[in-house]
Amino acid sequence: MAAAPAGFWSSTRFRGVLYQVMVVAAVVALGGWLVHNTLVNLEIRGIATGFGFLAREAGFGISESWISYSPADSYARALVVGLLNTMVVSAIGIVLATVLGTVVGVARLSGNWLVGKLATLYVEALRNVPLLLQLFVWYGVLTALPGARQALHPLPGIFLSNRGLVIPSLDWSQGWLPAMEIPRLVGFNFIGGLTLSPEFAALLAGLTIYTAAFIAEIVRAGILAVPKGQTEAALSLGLSRGQILRLVVLPQALRVIIPPLTSQYLNIAKNSPLAIAIGYPDLVAVSNTAINQTGQAVEGVALVMAVFLGLSLTLSALMNWYNKRVALVTR
Amino acid sequence: MTSPSQPIIELRDVNKWFGAFHVLKDVTLEVAKGERVVVCGPSGSGKSTMIRCINRLEEHQGGRIVVDGVELADDVKAIEAVRRRVGMVFQSFNLFPHLTVLENLTLAPVRVAGVAPKDAEATAMALLERVRIPEQAGKFPGQLSGGQQQRVAIARALCLKPAVMLFDEPTSALDPEMVGEVLDVMSGLAAEGMTMICVTHEMGFARAVADTMVFMDEGRIVEVAPPAQFFDHPANERTKRFLGKIIGH
Repeated sequence: MAAAPAGFWSSTRFRGVLYQVMVVAAVVALGGWLVHNTLVNLEIRGIATGFGFLAREAGFGISESWISYSPADSYARALVVGLLNTMVVSAIGIVLATVLGTVVGVARLSGNWLVGKLATLYVEALRNVPLLLQLFVWYGVLTALPGARQALHPLPGIFLSNRGLVIPSLDWSQGWLPAMEIPRLVGFNFIGGLTLSPEFAALLAGLTIYTAAFIAEIVRAGILAVPKGQTEAALSLGLSRGQILRLVVLPQALRVIIPPLTSQYLNIAKNSPLAIAIGYPDLVAVSNTAINQTGQAVEGVALVMAVFLGLSLTLSALMNWYNKRVALVTR
Repeated sequence: MTSPSQPIIELRDVNKWFGAFHVLKDVTLEVAKGERVVVCGPSGSGKSTMIRCINRLEEHQGGRIVVDGVELADDVKAIEAVRRRVGMVFQSFNLFPHLTVLENLTLAPVRVAGVAPKDAEATAMALLERVRIPEQAGKFPGQLSGGQQQRVAIARALCLKPAVMLFDEPTSALDPEMVGEVLDVMSGLAAEGMTMICVTHEMGFARAVADTMVFMDEGRIVEVAPPAQFFDHPANERTKRFLGKIIGH
């Protein structure tokens, strides 16, 4: 049969292109309308757009900072202080949650009945209660501690009171080898050492303990995915249980563990803004204050979103790189 | 034939249950130093379970098992000591896929026996020569054929210089054309005087290599005999039927 002259409108290629052009046009129109609308509204309220406000004086204090900061510093510096607070709590949270989650995950598989049940209880209790509530609980516990003079003193150089956790710090200013700086109580407060505020400690505890429950399940699934023959082969070579876990099972479990573990790491970073509920000055808390003072909501929110996107994508890229490295070599 | 003085492996009235299933029933077996024992029998007869009890991958519930003078009981140190003296080769190879061939061989000597890494590598290379794949030392198990993997597994089991080797159906998971290369390595070991217990259905290998044939059925040792007698004049009816089925065609 001779091909009928292809009707322009019935050509699948033409239709495919047409639909795509229509979708792009719709998206551009919607975006344009949003931008236009926003600009009109900003003009009505007399708000100038742009990131110029970042250089202006912030004028508000921040309760804790890893770099020097005063209200006379700029908004940009205030946001950096918040960003550092977010990054520090996320980074330490990721490390601690990984360690705790691995221990609990291994414990769930223990042959010891009590250890196994305790680990199960931990996982089920903690992953089923909203993180926000858990943060309130930790904050309540930490601020209900006795004052500095009656501080709990479990180990030399470590004090736990309603002013937070004070631990020894390393002083790098005296040449190559760091000197250990032991905190001591003088009057009503501690001198020396490193003080972690109750807000920081509560957020860190909450993020760590909550996420560890999820990581524990991921680790358990990863270990169960390693064939039993691997353990048997290692046993038959006389390796101990601990060596088998460390040298044979966990390295293979990593293949299964890493992709979902990446999601949990991203969750720690993205859950950290709950800090706002207990008054820890993370990036979101600081930018909220900045937005309230300047009215630069669009810029502020865009900045925070861009930063979180950047952090998450970096973390994700690192984990993907690591995942490739531990992948098994086959033909 | 010299009569063996002290058996290197001794099972006496060994009983074992998997739940309600009675897998091993009063199993008694002695293996002398240098003896080559081939165990055969229908599937589910308890062959694998028996040899897995010898290095305590399975725990027996009645009777005694003594290996190289050490009784297997509830003592971690004794069990680990026995496992170092007994090498095991599995049906499914069970090489560690995240380690290279060489690392598979040096793991136990370095971590268990405390051998210096250099010495462990030298021993490992010598063993790879012996199983005729020294050129694969740097590869990962996933890059090798089944026959090559099983030969590496044999070398790995040998790297702690065991007194006894256990083979649990070492050729059952292999493509037919790879069975020969693994059996060759096993025959070589036998010729060097290694004490071996092999669960296998390779009757040609059994006839050529075994000193003693053991036939198991339904958890019991039914017949123990030298291969000539076992294959040509089996005493037990069940042995006859089994041999008729596997050799008949």
